[in-house]
Amino acid sequence: MENALGEPQTIVLLGGTSDIGRAIVDELVSPVTRTIVLAARRPDAVEAGPLTAPERTVDVVAFDAADTASHAGFVQDLVARHGDLDVVVVAFGQLAEQDDLDDDPTAAAALVHVNYTGAVSVGLAVAAQFRRQGHGRLVVLSSVAGERVRKSNFVYGSSKAGLDGFAQGLGDALAGSGASVLVVRPGFVHSKMTAGLKAAPLATTPTKVAAATVAGLRRGRRTVWVPALLRPMFAVFRHLPGVVWRRLDL
Amino acid sequence: MVTLLTGWGRTNPSATEVLEHGGEDVDGLARIVKALPARGGVARGLGRSYGDPAQNGGGVVVRLVDSVHDVAIDAAAGTATVPAGVSLDDLLALLVPRGFFVPVSPGTRFVTVGGAIASDIHGKNHHLEGSFGNHVRRLSLLLADGTVAELGPGERPDLFWATVGGMGLTGIILDATIRLLPIETSRCSVDTERADDLDTLLTMMDEGDRFYRYSVAWIDLMATGSRLGRAVLTRGEHATVDQLRPKQAVDPLVYDARQRIAVPPLVPPAGFVNHTTIKAFNELWFRKAPRRRVAQIVSIPAYFHPLDFVGSWNRMYGRAGFVQYQFVVPFGQERALRAVVERLSATGTPNFIPVLKRFGAANPAPLSFPRPGWALALDIPAGARDLDALLHGLDEVVLDAGGRHYLAKDAHTTPGAIRRGYPRLDEWRAVRASVDPAGRWTSDQSRRLRLLAD
Repeated sequence: MENALGEPQTIVLLGGTSDIGRAIVDELVSPVTRTIVLAARRPDAVEAGPLTAPERTVDVVAFDAADTASHAGFVQDLVARHGDLDVVVVAFGQLAEQDDLDDDPTAAAALVHVNYTGAVSVGLAVAAQFRRQGHGRLVVLSSVAGERVRKSNFVYGSSKAGLDGFAQGLGDALAGSGASVLVVRPGFVHSKMTAGLKAAPLATTPTKVAAATVAGLRRGRRTVWVPALLRPMFAVFRHLPGVVWRRLDL
Repeated sequence: MVTLLTGWGRTNPSATEVLEHGGEDVDGLARIVKALPARGGVARGLGRSYGDPAQNGGGVVVRLVDSVHDVAIDAAAGTATVPAGVSLDDLLALLVPRGFFVPVSPGTRFVTVGGAIASDIHGKNHHLEGSFGNHVRRLSLLLADGTVAELGPGERPDLFWATVGGMGLTGIILDATIRLLPIETSRCSVDTERADDLDTLLTMMDEGDRFYRYSVAWIDLMATGSRLGRAVLTRGEHATVDQLRPKQAVDPLVYDARQRIAVPPLVPPAGFVNHTTIKAFNELWFRKAPRRRVAQIVSIPAYFHPLDFVGSWNRMYGRAGFVQYQFVVPFGQERALRAVVERLSATGTPNFIPVLKRFGAANPAPLSFPRPGWALALDIPAGARDLDALLHGLDEVVLDAGGRHYLAKDAHTTPGAIRRGYPRLDEWRAVRASVDPAGRWTSDQSRRLRLLAD
């Protein structure tokens, strides 16, 4: 159970190697934190050391976003071992160059399956647990890429568009249950995932995304844009005529 | 019905099934208890605990719907037998005109008798008369197996004292017989003094508290520099008839405790209670207090429950809610008290009506909060900047000094802080587990603070 200051006791990071996810965990950790679960497809790649502390358990577990059949059991197993889940961060995801996907529909489908289907599946499993315990916060890392999908990364963008819609709808469905969903929409974030890519304007960092996310959680927000300026920008972009949007080099 | 519940501080809600039930229908209650879901249940009174002891996410809370008409006063013995769901507000309206007062009154009348026992509440008379549990002659407790236990200081005392201050985790208190205080009038005679700093205040309380039944000080923790810790000390006693003016003496036990105004449900802007407004309030509060006034005659509500004149005043803090930080440090640890005061002042954290009380002897209850020492309580908006770091830092100062935090107020500490502050926790757990081995009595607080087991 999270305390009155919004400090969770149990934090679950789905996507334990995600730079943004790890930055959010770092920002959430407090003297109240008893359990941190770092879930990743390859647990051996997860660096748990910096998070260890007396009277705290750091549990590194295997989690495959693509293996949707395992998700309900995965969540139940976490609850059996750690009790109530206070904050669950959905930070896993894949990014690929659009050029590489254009000729590889199988790879494109696999990316969408992880980013969208996997998040839907585990998101619903977590929501069911939140309903059982009467509280809980789900943080979903969406992206401005899903707000209006660009030709330069439309497969990735469409997966985030689907994810964003799912997360918003889930948040609405959970109203009154004690549980809530925070949708985080960062712009371009300098991280492992984007290494080597050309940075977009208003590029930000995992630390800044984490600070904005935790501030949003504490204030009970439903959406967070990082940086905040992206919100008015995308309000305009969303309504640009297609003929203009197509020609923008974004 | 599943409801989002919070404590009085309006922070961290959870969805809980609320069952309302008449306390006199013991069989019906026993059926509820036997059918509790896996996440268990806990009794809830009027929800005046600040944090999460009376909510139970995914489980059940039971509200006893009791009537003040079922209170039985034994005037000769000076006791009353009260259904646990009856509020002190209703009880006082019954008792005062008959010449009795409750043995212990907290800062609000809007608590139930069951809640008063479960939190082992204290009042301005703690230095002489102890906490609420000291005045309970007997109580009946609905246990997890659906049976009713009859408890008192001389009857199953282990379970009795585990229930006093036990935060509802031993069972549902059904009714209790409490000792009453005979009073001649419904007025209090109050002496007010100002102290210019903390040291002066502590000396005044050390030397003079024993001459008064009631004593409490308000400290301005937003004053800085040489005015740090300036305080208003009010001490009093129930007035006697010959202290009243002739007009008042006509009806010496008249009692009127109506609420004057209420904060509307429309939530005020989040920043309504902020540094500037609180500082201005503190300045006014301090200046309106006379430098010294003796034997001022005031009503019971004005002296004991000034905030009750304003309904739902917790809404003033807006959506983020607020926390009450309350701790006690033993006598001899005044340095720790001063360290807390200085840190609060230095950080400029907005805080509302900090109250200092000099506690007397503890009672035998393992989880009872009061112990001999200095108790400070203050309200802080939960959204205050860097509040988490500040409070965790203060916790260390308090615990290092051998002090502890009050479970009825706590909304932020850790299992470790409670274990350190309550060295008899394991003793309490053993008694509790003997009547509830499956852990059916559960609350968000008991889960958060691992009260039942590590």
